[in-house]
Amino acid sequence: MSPAIQTERLCKQFGTVEALREASLSVAEAELFGLIGADGAGKTTLLRILATLLVPDSGKATMLGLDTVAGYREIRTRIGYMPGRFSLYQDLSVEENLNFFATVFGATVEENYNLIRDIYAQLEPFRKRRAGQLSGGMKQKLALCCALVHRPELLLLDEPTTGVDAVSRQEFWQMLQRLKAQGITILVSTPYMDEAVLCDRVAFMQEGRILAIDTPQGITKLFTRPLFAVRGSDRHKLIAELRSYEHARSAYAFGNSVHYTDARETADPSELASWLRSRGFDDATVERIAPGIEDTFMALMEEKPKELADG
Amino acid sequence: MKRFIAFVRKEFYHIVRDRRTAAILFGMPILQLLLFGYAIRNEVSEVRTGILDMSHDTVTEAITDKLFSSGTFIFAGNLQSEKEIAPAFAAGRMNEVVVFEPDFAGRLQKDGVARMQVVTDGSDPNVSRIVTGYTQAVVSDYLAEQADGSARQVGVEAVPLMMFNPSLKSVYLFVPGLMAMILMLVSALMTSISITREKESGTMELLLVSSLRPVQIIVGKVVPYLLLSFVNVVTVVSLAYFVFGVPCRGNVALLFAESLLFIMTALSLGIMISTITNSQQVAMMVSLAGLLLPTVLLSGFIFPIHSMAWPLQVISNIIPARWYLVIVRGIMLKGAGIAVLWKETLTLLVMTVLFMAASVRKFSERLQ
Repeated sequence: MSPAIQTERLCKQFGTVEALREASLSVAEAELFGLIGADGAGKTTLLRILATLLVPDSGKATMLGLDTVAGYREIRTRIGYMPGRFSLYQDLSVEENLNFFATVFGATVEENYNLIRDIYAQLEPFRKRRAGQLSGGMKQKLALCCALVHRPELLLLDEPTTGVDAVSRQEFWQMLQRLKAQGITILVSTPYMDEAVLCDRVAFMQEGRILAIDTPQGITKLFTRPLFAVRGSDRHKLIAELRSYEHARSAYAFGNSVHYTDARETADPSELASWLRSRGFDDATVERIAPGIEDTFMALMEEKPKELADG
Repeated sequence: MKRFIAFVRKEFYHIVRDRRTAAILFGMPILQLLLFGYAIRNEVSEVRTGILDMSHDTVTEAITDKLFSSGTFIFAGNLQSEKEIAPAFAAGRMNEVVVFEPDFAGRLQKDGVARMQVVTDGSDPNVSRIVTGYTQAVVSDYLAEQADGSARQVGVEAVPLMMFNPSLKSVYLFVPGLMAMILMLVSALMTSISITREKESGTMELLLVSSLRPVQIIVGKVVPYLLLSFVNVVTVVSLAYFVFGVPCRGNVALLFAESLLFIMTALSLGIMISTITNSQQVAMMVSLAGLLLPTVLLSGFIFPIHSMAWPLQVISNIIPARWYLVIVRGIMLKGAGIAVLWKETLTLLVMTVLFMAASVRKFSERLQ
C-alpha cells in the first residue's frame, strides 16, 4: 500500500530564512500523524507545500500518490485543509460558512452530514450566530467541519488546538480519533507536547529539520541518558546550581520540579542528592524518572544542531 | 455554476453586513452628488455691491437700477470716495464696487464714451471674473436698449452663446465627473479591498485549496460590484435629472451601457491592484493615490486637459475616466451617439481587456 503522504528532502527558503531543510517523511493511510515543534520550526511551511499552496525549492512531495506541484488541482479536491489562523468568514453565520464551503467544494452538507454530525451537533445551537462571535474552541470545530464537509480522504490541520481551552482541546482530539477510525489520513501540527502521545506517530521539527520520526512510545527510547526529577524550595537557584554541576548535561523547569539530565551513561540519584545538600539545598529530593516526550524533544533539540555542526 | 452562485451570494453577505462598506457603496454617491450639486457651485449669486456714483445723473441711476433688479447683485451701500473701497472689501461688506465717473451722462452724450469702473475682490479670482462678466453684461444690455433711437456705437460685438449649457450651470460639469469618480471609487477600491481582505484573513488560502479556478474567484468578486455600481449609475443619473435638472439628451440605454463598460474597466483595475498587494491598507492607498486622484485631477473633470503641461496631457491619455468623461458629456449634454463616441468606447474596451487579462494572469493559484 503506497503511503498517503510522502515527502523527499523538501527544501523551502523565504529570503534568507530556511523554512524547511531536507524534510522527509511518510504518512500511511488512515494514520494520525503529528508534527511537533515550536513556532517557526517549519510546520506551517510543510503543511502549505502539502496543501499545494507553496512550491518547494527542491525535493518532492506526493499526496495520495499525486505530485503536489503537477497534480495540485486533483489534490485540492481530495484533501481537507485547515489553516493555522481561524480562516472562515467572520461575518457569515455558522450555517452560511458551512454551506458556502460545501458548495464551493461541489458537495452538500446533507450528503456528508454523517461525517460531521458529532462535531456539528455541538455547533447546532449556534448555527445562526456569526462565526466571529464564537468561542475559540467552537471556531476550531466549525473550521474542522468546513474542512470535512466535502468528505476528504486526507486532512491537513495546522495547529488546530492553539489558543483553545483544555476541555475543547481534548474534545478536538477525540474527534480526530473518530475521523481516523473512518479511514481518513490526518496530518496535524501542534506546539503542545502533551498532544504528541495522542498521535500514531510523530515527527519532531526544529528550524526546518525533522529531528526524529517515531511512535510516541518509540521516540522516548531515543532518550538514553539518566534523567532525574529534582524538587527543592527555590527552583530558580536549583536550576542554576544544577547547571553548574560538573556532570550536568541540562536542567530545566518541568511542572513543579526540575528535570535534570546527566551527561554520563549512568548516574546515581543519591550521588546528586548528596552533592545538592553539600551546596546548601537541604530539602532537595532526587528521583530517577522515565523520559517523557517533552524530555526527548528537548534533548533532541539540543543534540541535533551540535551533531550537524560537527558533521 | 452552483459554486459560482454560492460565491456571489457570499459576496453580497459581506457587503450588506459590513456597515462601512454598505455606507460607502450607497451613501457616498448620493452624498457627493448633493455636495457637489448644492455646495460647490461656480455660479455667483448675492454679490454685495457698493455704488460710488460721482455723477448722479439719469443714466448712472438707470444702470444702477438695472444692476440691482437682476437679482444677482445686492445693494450694499453708497460710497462717497475711492478711499472707502479697500476698507469695505477688507471688512467683507462688499464683493464689488461700481464706480461712475463725474458727468457720466454728459460725456456719454457728447463723446459717446463714458467711463465706469468695476472693482472686485481679486483674492478670489474665479468669483471676480464671473462678477465682472455679469456686470458688463448688464451694462451692455442697458446700452443696447438705449441705442435703438439714439446715436448707436458702431462696432463689432461678440455675442457669446454657451451651447449645451447656456446658463453655464456647474452641475452639468460635475455630474459626469462625479459619475466617473464614484464608479472608480466603488468599483476599484471596493474590489481591491475585498480581495486583499480575503488574503489578510486567510480565507484566500481556503478558496485556493477549494479548487475554485482563478477566473471563478475573480468573476465572483466582480459580479456583485458590477451590479451595485450600476445601481449607483442609475441613482446618480436620476438624482441629477430630477433634483438638478441635468438633462440626458442622448440615448439613456447607451449611457448605461457605456457606464457598464467603465465599471468593468474600474473593476479590472481594482483586481489588478489586489493581485499585487497583500493588505487592505496598501490596496486602499494604491487605489486612492493611484486611481482616485488622477481621476479627479487628470481626467478633465476639474481642470481642462488642454491647459495642462504636456507631460500631464500625455498621462491623462491612460486615465480611463478621461475617456468616460468625454462619453458621458457627449451623451448627456450633447446628445451624441455611438457614431461620435466609438473611439473613446474602443479605448475603454481595450483598456479593460488588457487589465483583465493581466490580473487573471497575475492572480496566483498559490500563496506568495
